[in-house]
Amino acid sequence: MRSDLEIIDEWVLPNIRVLDLACGPGELLHHLIQNKQVNGYGLEIGHDDLNTCIEKGIPVLEQNIDEGLQNFDDQSFDLVLMTHALQQFRRPDLLIDEMLRIGKECIITFPNFGHWRSRMHLALKGRMPVSDFLPYNWYDTPNIHFFTFQDFERLCEEKNIKVLRWAAVDGQLKDHWWIRSMPNLFSETAIFHISRS
Amino acid sequence: MPDVIPADSIGIVTPQIAQFDTPLTLSCGQTLSSYELVYETYGTLNKAASNAILICHALSGDHHAAGYHAMSDKKPGWWDSAIGPGKAIDTNKFFVIALNNLGGCCGSTGPTSINPETGQRWEASFPIVTVEDWVESQARLANLLGIQTFAAIVGGSLGGMQVLEWSIRFPTRLQSAVIVASAPKLSTQNIAFNEVARQSIRRDPDFFDGNYLDNSSVPTNGLGLARMLGHITYLSDDAMGAKFGRQMRHDSYQYNYGVEFEVESYLRYQGEAFTKRFDANTYMLMTKALDYFDPAAQTNGDLATVLSRAQCEFLLVSFTTDWRFSPERSEEIVNALVKAGKQVSYAKIEAAEGHDAFLFPIPRYMSVLNTFLTRVANRLTTEVK
Repeated sequence: MRSDLEIIDEWVLPNIRVLDLACGPGELLHHLIQNKQVNGYGLEIGHDDLNTCIEKGIPVLEQNIDEGLQNFDDQSFDLVLMTHALQQFRRPDLLIDEMLRIGKECIITFPNFGHWRSRMHLALKGRMPVSDFLPYNWYDTPNIHFFTFQDFERLCEEKNIKVLRWAAVDGQLKDHWWIRSMPNLFSETAIFHISRS
Repeated sequence: MPDVIPADSIGIVTPQIAQFDTPLTLSCGQTLSSYELVYETYGTLNKAASNAILICHALSGDHHAAGYHAMSDKKPGWWDSAIGPGKAIDTNKFFVIALNNLGGCCGSTGPTSINPETGQRWEASFPIVTVEDWVESQARLANLLGIQTFAAIVGGSLGGMQVLEWSIRFPTRLQSAVIVASAPKLSTQNIAFNEVARQSIRRDPDFFDGNYLDNSSVPTNGLGLARMLGHITYLSDDAMGAKFGRQMRHDSYQYNYGVEFEVESYLRYQGEAFTKRFDANTYMLMTKALDYFDPAAQTNGDLATVLSRAQCEFLLVSFTTDWRFSPERSEEIVNALVKAGKQVSYAKIEAAEGHDAFLFPIPRYMSVLNTFLTRVANRLTTEVK
């Protein structure tokens, strides 16, 4: 069993340039800087998270991703990351375009709304799912787009985006064979490694 | 006047003077055969001489950054809110050096000093100095104090430009750079503001082409006017509005050119107070140093290329309502550093005070500064062990 961070770590080559969008307290970036000696930067707007990154010596820039990423040149990073955040932005589709403009490759993780528990919640209770992992009510959630593992695959197809590899993990961020066999039903977090063909 | 020195103050401090007899060739081509720099230090230099922080001052700053000169002082140094025991720039951990730049009027060699070659005051004949010249002279001061590498060099506004220049000119002599509310070069509008300030001084009949002291005169009107203009640009529209609104001096309009609105009174007071502590030639020199600064000019305007020489870690800070050195200007530096692959962090602080915010102890600003410098200090401790 591997956590999502461990999975991503395996996919990342050493000494590359990495941009982590909405890096939070910088856990993944810190790991990649320490273990893979990447030249990494995080973008974040949460004040506490920014301070945590500065405290740990993780290069972090205060920048609101919804206001654009035009300050980053085309293909100026080897890898652009976004973990558990895509669902929070206004136009995920345009953001993915931007990520693939800036980075040669991208790794994106997101909560899979097609998970059987979400389906049960909506089907049986008739109410929007609230879980430990997405602990918000419909009116106060920062997660403004809900989509599934399959939805993301479909978007990649439509946009001619190449899925280099994918992984799927449960609520404890671990992978299992049954999740791999039916990721749209069993994964709580989906992990995609993509590029422009 | 403090009745007692506050516990988080560095206390009573005494300026010192460093004399330099090695000639310094300036950017303008002239050479100063000898010169003096006045400076203050706070805290203790460790055995490895690795815990020094240099503070670079802005347009009207000086060497008195923290503490008091005497119990009778009305105010502490200009950045006392950030420098002291337990403060963001913690004098329990760091040895802090603040100096008055060359060309200044607060004790370092400048237009009001005597030119040793003529025995007369320099006045208008004092050569124009640049940010590069300042950094060169600051490096010589560091040599004198036995500091090879600074733990950090910190500056706001024009001070931030000096920090940026340090990182390019002496990449191995600083471990970290803190650049606050600054820019990689002035905007056209900024140069224009500076020119109005200079013209208001130069057109004052008491200016005497810069040799006013010899004529027992001081261009107070021109210098005051320059400061009034500066003050408007250092504050945000909102900050001025919140402070003065349309508050009036009298109950009704007087229909004359006396003070009607409180903001007029404030500006007049600020202008006049400034003329009592600052020299007009120095003010003009400082604005020229701002105008000329443009490190990317040496690489055809490519800031990332010139910054590729830097080796230190950077912290950049800007303030949301600062329109004289707007966040976008700091972000130009940030973007160039990212492009060059340098270690950089950036915080855009929500603040109402405009450009002046860099002098205020805004909690999040102080917290970011303190977090960054705590890490610098911790790394020093680890290295010593």
